[in-house]
Parts: sequence; C-alpha cells; structure tokens
Amino acid sequence: MNIYMIIRVLLYILLAPVLGGLLSGIDRVFSARMQGRQGPPLFQPFYDVSKLMSKQTTVVNSIQVLFVTSYLVFTIFTGALFFAGGDMLLVFFALSMSEVVMVLAAFSTNGPYSIMGAQRELLQMMCYEPMTLLVAIGFYYANGSFMVDELAKADIPAIAQIPGFFIGFVFVLLIKLRKSPFDLSTSHHMHQEMVKGLTTDLSGGNLALVEIAEWYDVVLMMGIVGMFFVTSAPISILGAVIACAVVFFLETLIDNLFPRVKYMTMLKVTWSVILIFAGTNLLILNVLK
Amino acid sequence: MKISKSPWVLHYDGSSCNGCDIEVLATMTPLYDVERFGIINTGNPKHADVLLLTGGMNAQTAPVVRQLYNMMPDPKVVVACGICACDGGIFKECYNILGGADKIVPVDVYVPGCAVRPEALIQGVVKAVGILEEKKNKLKQSMKAGYCTVDYSKMAVHMTEEDYNPADQYDAVLTEEALREQAEEKIKASAKPAPKPVAPAAAATPAPAANAANTEKGDKKQ
Repeated sequence: MNIYMIIRVLLYILLAPVLGGLLSGIDRVFSARMQGRQGPPLFQPFYDVSKLMSKQTTVVNSIQVLFVTSYLVFTIFTGALFFAGGDMLLVFFALSMSEVVMVLAAFSTNGPYSIMGAQRELLQMMCYEPMTLLVAIGFYYANGSFMVDELAKADIPAIAQIPGFFIGFVFVLLIKLRKSPFDLSTSHHMHQEMVKGLTTDLSGGNLALVEIAEWYDVVLMMGIVGMFFVTSAPISILGAVIACAVVFFLETLIDNLFPRVKYMTMLKVTWSVILIFAGTNLLILNVLK
Repeated sequence: MKISKSPWVLHYDGSSCNGCDIEVLATMTPLYDVERFGIINTGNPKHADVLLLTGGMNAQTAPVVRQLYNMMPDPKVVVACGICACDGGIFKECYNILGGADKIVPVDVYVPGCAVRPEALIQGVVKAVGILEEKKNKLKQSMKAGYCTVDYSKMAVHMTEEDYNPADQYDAVLTEEALREQAEEKIKASAKPAPKPVAPAAAATPAPAANAANTEKGDKKQ
C-alpha cells in the first residue's frame, strides 16, 4: 500500500465513469454508422443517466435498492482492486460477486421478465466464469504471479505466451459487455421478447446506478485486455491502448453483424472456443515449462 | 442537464390498422433516424418517458393503456399518433370503440394524420419533450410543496378489464388550485377517522358496472 496505489484507485474511481460513458457513446455512434444512420451525440449516455437521475424511482421492494447499490459498489471495488495492482484471482472473484448481486436484484422483484433475465444471466455467468479464471491462471503461467503490479513489470508482453487465452477472453467479452450474439439477459437493441431482462423492473435512479456500474465494468474489462500487452517499458502502454481500441471496435462490429443465439448455442460455442484456444494454450505452456 | 436530450419512447397499439405503427417504426430507420435526438424505442414502461398511442381505444385495450400509463415513472407525457388515437377517426362510430386515447389517459400532444407522417410524428415527440421538461419542473416544485400535481387516485381504480367503466373515465389533470384544495381536504380528513377507500368499493361491483356500460352504449345506438 503506497501513495501511488491510492492515486491510481482514486483516478479509477473518478475517471472510469467518464471514460466508460464515452466508450458507451462511441459504441452507439459506431453502431449507428454501421447501420447507415447518423446516430446519437457522443455524450448521449451521460444525457441518459442524468435524465434517469431526475426521474421518479419506482421501487418494487426495498431490498432491490440494496442489491443494485451493492452491484455498483462491488463493481467499483473490483476495478479499484485491479488498478491498485491487487490479486488477479481476487479481482475475478469480486467480479462474479457483483454479478451475483445484480442477479439477486432481478430475482427479488418477482417480475416474470426480470426472473427470466436473471436466469439467463446465471447461464451467461456459467459461460464466461471458466474463462475469467483461466485468464488469471494464464497470467500466472506466463509471468509467475497473480499480482497485477508484478504482471505489469514483465519483460515480454503476456500475449506472446498466452495468445489462446487472449482470443478466449475477447470472445467471452462479448457476453460480459452484453453484445449481440450473446446479449440474452438484457436484450439491447430493441430485440424485445423479454422486454429488458435483468433491468426490466428497475427505473429512474436505480437504472442509472446500473448504467454507471456498467461503465466501470467496461473500463475494467479494457484494463484486463490491456494487461496482455503491458510490459515494463512505458511505450507498451500505447500498444495496450491501441489493442483495447481494436478489441472494442471488434466487439461493436460483431454486435452489429450477428443475431442473437439461444442459450444452448451460447454454452456450446463459448465452451468450445475456451476449450480449443485457452485449453490448447494451457497444454502447450504445461509441456514447455 | 435537460431531460429533453433523451426521451425514451414506449409505443402501444390501441386498436389501429397498423398504418400508424409502421410509421412509428419508420422513424427508427436510417432515413429519419430519431436516435439523433436520443430517442430510444424501449419496450418497457418503467424506462419510458413518452407514451405513443396509436389507434382508437376499445374496452379491451383501455385497461392495458391505463396500466402502462400508471407504470411509467414521472414525469411522463402521452402522444396520440394518428387521427384514430386523437378522437377515434373512421372507427369512431364503431360499437366497440370508446374514442381517442384521451378517453383513457391524459393526452399531451395530438398528432393527426391517416397514417401519421413520420415527420409529423417526430415533431409531435419534440413538442412532447418540451412538455416533459415543464412537467419535470412542476414535479420538482410540487415535491417541495408536498403535494402531487397529478391525481392518481382516479386512475388506479380501473386496472382490469372487468371493472372498467367508461362512465367514470379519467378526463384531465386537475388544476393546481384544485389539487391544493384536495390536499387540504385530505389533511383534514386524515385528522378524522379514515374515510372509506375507493378501490374496494369499485372492485366489489365490477360486473354490474361493465354491464351497465354496455347497455348504456347499446341504448345510445338504438
């Protein structure tokens, strides 16, 4: 625990919503341009959240507010832990904790669409949890540590040793960022067979909290993508930023190219991708080391 | 920041011929692209600010519209799209049509047309957004003063199809003075023993009310 750590955490807490909101705005503009539309202004996500804050908040039950707030708190905690240079494993465990709290918030409402969304969210977690754990293990294999601080001081970028994990993680990111082939639990983009899934029964301020938590989440995910490229050389940070931009663009592109799939397809596809890329990579590392 | 920068829209088809509904969806296409103004078509009343209603209202859709309206968090506005939603249109004389959307919920903007042009629709929503801003400010003031500018007690009564009675439909938002008087009366009443609640009384006699409404309509025809 030193002063730099605290500064980094404070920077994350202050800047991540700004960056995450901008990324979300860029995502919407890109999507619109890909569909031949002009699209909303870049700052649209901020307008949305400020509007939601000023609206009346109808609450189904009081425990819902507790769960939604703790979703935000856990997400911020997860990101803060990562950017402070903490334990990679703990980061991923805290991440699943935040997701579980969100699922509980949806279950607590007793609304049919919320419950359907919550069940699908659990299925999605089943798809990406193995990969997130494997990423932590992959970093350990590559650089011999679980601590983000030490991983960032590697001599060669981690992607040189664990490209399979990177592909698997980028694939799983589609689920995590709620992108189209796998946005089963919230249904963005007007596919509305389940209204809004997880967030159906949230309104006003509560929905705004969820949006803000998702901004924090995007920044954290991009941070993890960047981790694959960061070395002890300062110039590598530039490479990491470029890699993040490319990955983010790719996610938006895939979002616009593919229709949604059923949950069984999602399970089969994600687990096969994880097994083929990350599994093979892990085997090779095991043999070589 | 202004609420008018991200009005989220909920679209409900009362009993229209689908002409207006297609035009509502046309506003989402690259040609008109309402997302430029931050407008999103949500399917969820709890996220919506603007309720777009198309088609004349009938006894089956009236409770649904009412419920959607009640589920929307304040501040909210209603836009009647197309002449049918404005006053019933060519279906006005039909035995099952109650009339325009304003027979069911308070309508803020009327956008006539058969079918309504997307340009007119966009202008209607933009007008509605202005009203939304006013309502937001009013809500803020009324929260400070301690009373609500909209009287929901009338609306919450008829939630199901069975106990819908067109005779005591909702007509308009009360004026501020009326609300203040009402609030004062309520405060006075609360000092005395509690008055009989409205909802159970309405729920107790649903079938006769509906029957009466039907015969009433039928009588008019004859």
